[in-house]
Amino acid sequence: MSNQIERFQDPGLPEHVHRNADVDPKAEKRAERQVAVLFLLSAVGTVLTIASYIFIKSDKYTYLPVMGSTNIQQLFLGIGLTASTLFIGLGAIQWAKKLMPDQEVIAERHEFRSEESDREDFVATLKEYGGSAGLGRRSLIKRSMGVALGLVGLSPLVLLRDTGPLPKKFFETNSWAAGTKLLLDPSGTPIKASDLEVGAVAQVLPELPAGTERTLENTGKDAVLLIRLRPEDFNLDAERLSWTHEGIIAFSKICTHMGCAVALYEQQTHHLLCPCHQSTFDVTRAAKVIFGPAARPLPQLAITVDADGYLVAKQPFTVPVGPSFWERNSSNG
Amino acid sequence: MKRISSFRRHRIAGPILVVAALFTIGTAFVAASALPSAQSTMTTGTSTLVSEGKAIFLRGCSSCHGLHAEGGSIAPSLIGVGSASVDFQVGTGRMPMADMSQQAMQKKPVYNAQETAALAAYVSSLAPGPSSVTNESLTYERDGNSALGGQLFRTNCAMCHNFAGQGGALTNGKYAPSLMGVEPKYIYEAMVTGPQSMPKFTDATITPQEKLSIIKWLQAANHEQNQGGASLGRVGPVTEGLLGWVLGLGLLIGAAAWLAMKAK
Repeated sequence: MSNQIERFQDPGLPEHVHRNADVDPKAEKRAERQVAVLFLLSAVGTVLTIASYIFIKSDKYTYLPVMGSTNIQQLFLGIGLTASTLFIGLGAIQWAKKLMPDQEVIAERHEFRSEESDREDFVATLKEYGGSAGLGRRSLIKRSMGVALGLVGLSPLVLLRDTGPLPKKFFETNSWAAGTKLLLDPSGTPIKASDLEVGAVAQVLPELPAGTERTLENTGKDAVLLIRLRPEDFNLDAERLSWTHEGIIAFSKICTHMGCAVALYEQQTHHLLCPCHQSTFDVTRAAKVIFGPAARPLPQLAITVDADGYLVAKQPFTVPVGPSFWERNSSNG
Repeated sequence: MKRISSFRRHRIAGPILVVAALFTIGTAFVAASALPSAQSTMTTGTSTLVSEGKAIFLRGCSSCHGLHAEGGSIAPSLIGVGSASVDFQVGTGRMPMADMSQQAMQKKPVYNAQETAALAAYVSSLAPGPSSVTNESLTYERDGNSALGGQLFRTNCAMCHNFAGQGGALTNGKYAPSLMGVEPKYIYEAMVTGPQSMPKFTDATITPQEKLSIIKWLQAANHEQNQGGASLGRVGPVTEGLLGWVLGLGLLIGAAAWLAMKAK
């Protein structure tokens, strides 16, 4: 008894099977017609596109199941453009598959590694010509070439400077200062503490000095959320508690993770949620991060009231608002 | 006199007399019964409605909210929440809750309009609070400004309810519901009372007129037509991406498979 394993025989390549269209003239005619119909459908699509652009009014709507009330012109433009491009592709594929020459070409894979003799030849050549070119001897050339090649990559790096002005102190500064009035966004009216009931929130922006225009860039740093809680719900240290006013606490709305506007306030759990990455902040503990990717609590704005009873900032933010940046001074948190 | 007495023997005199008698008796009865009925509506408007509401409250709400609506470990106090809160919570079917899940969901109301009004009267008799409103009293079509409403919505509401009012997720299974098709009065009452997770938007921070503007904008968003193609739920890139990845790539894979298949 031989315990040799029976070797699996290479079955070779399967026999070439001719397509119907190659052997049957009727099938060839049919395939030809199919391709022609596909191309003609594309032509119809183009005509439909142009006709619906010209003849359908752009303010007409129709009700379609699933889609709802839909603009008729846009619908037919879409159908027409889809048909005009899709059917060219489908026709070309059908043509290639059924009618174009059906030759099978076989390319065998070869080893990735070169033949041993070729490798030896290469090393010998390198040694011979490398030696005679004096690569080993002419160190001045070698070093200067090194300097040139090393420096050539620097110029694109320097040109990167053209991508925009340096931010300078932009990220560290915002419009809040001691005594800045809190104004409702978007109406711009100042707020009194009595305007907020327990469980109420207000979106506020700082009052800007006269003559300063409110830009989107600044709003992106200045936006603040006011929340009123029962004072006994707070779990703050003495300093942070002194930053609140009669249960009203103010936080920067700009998430410390990626800068989204954090304003999903759940008034029963006192959680503030960021809609982008679900960072969750506990309002009762000075916006401590309790879930999600944010690394720091939301900066708290110290607030108080002025002589007229309007809410004002007691002092500017003690830390830069918003996400981390390269030069950020994180010594205060 | 002579003529009347001669007329009494006319053959239509009998039917006329009967009709006249019926009319007199009917009018007299209506007049007599109108007085007490007017009185009873008045009493229903105050103490009867309150006592009716108290009866419903004791039957249906007190097991969680306490016998005097003082609240308990599982349900908040209702003293001072006002009739607006009752109208919103009971009128939309959120209260009474079906189960103690994360959030009271909107469902078919358990109490009809009159019972809801009675409950609202009882709760608002406990302590003053925001009053319920009617759809008719919200003149948003006349007094609202939908452009301002859109601005207010994006500042105050869009973070939870989505930029097109389609609703969105909160933490631990809670969610902000879609605002499409919600009656104007419930939108108004929700802003005033801050139901469940939602904070309050007091009349000082968003004035009543601004609230009407928000409602007007939402009504416009409700009837917004699709300018081109399906809306895909108007929730932003999520459904668009899903459709692109599943349907778009699926079609491409199908096309690639067809391309590589050997023709017969």
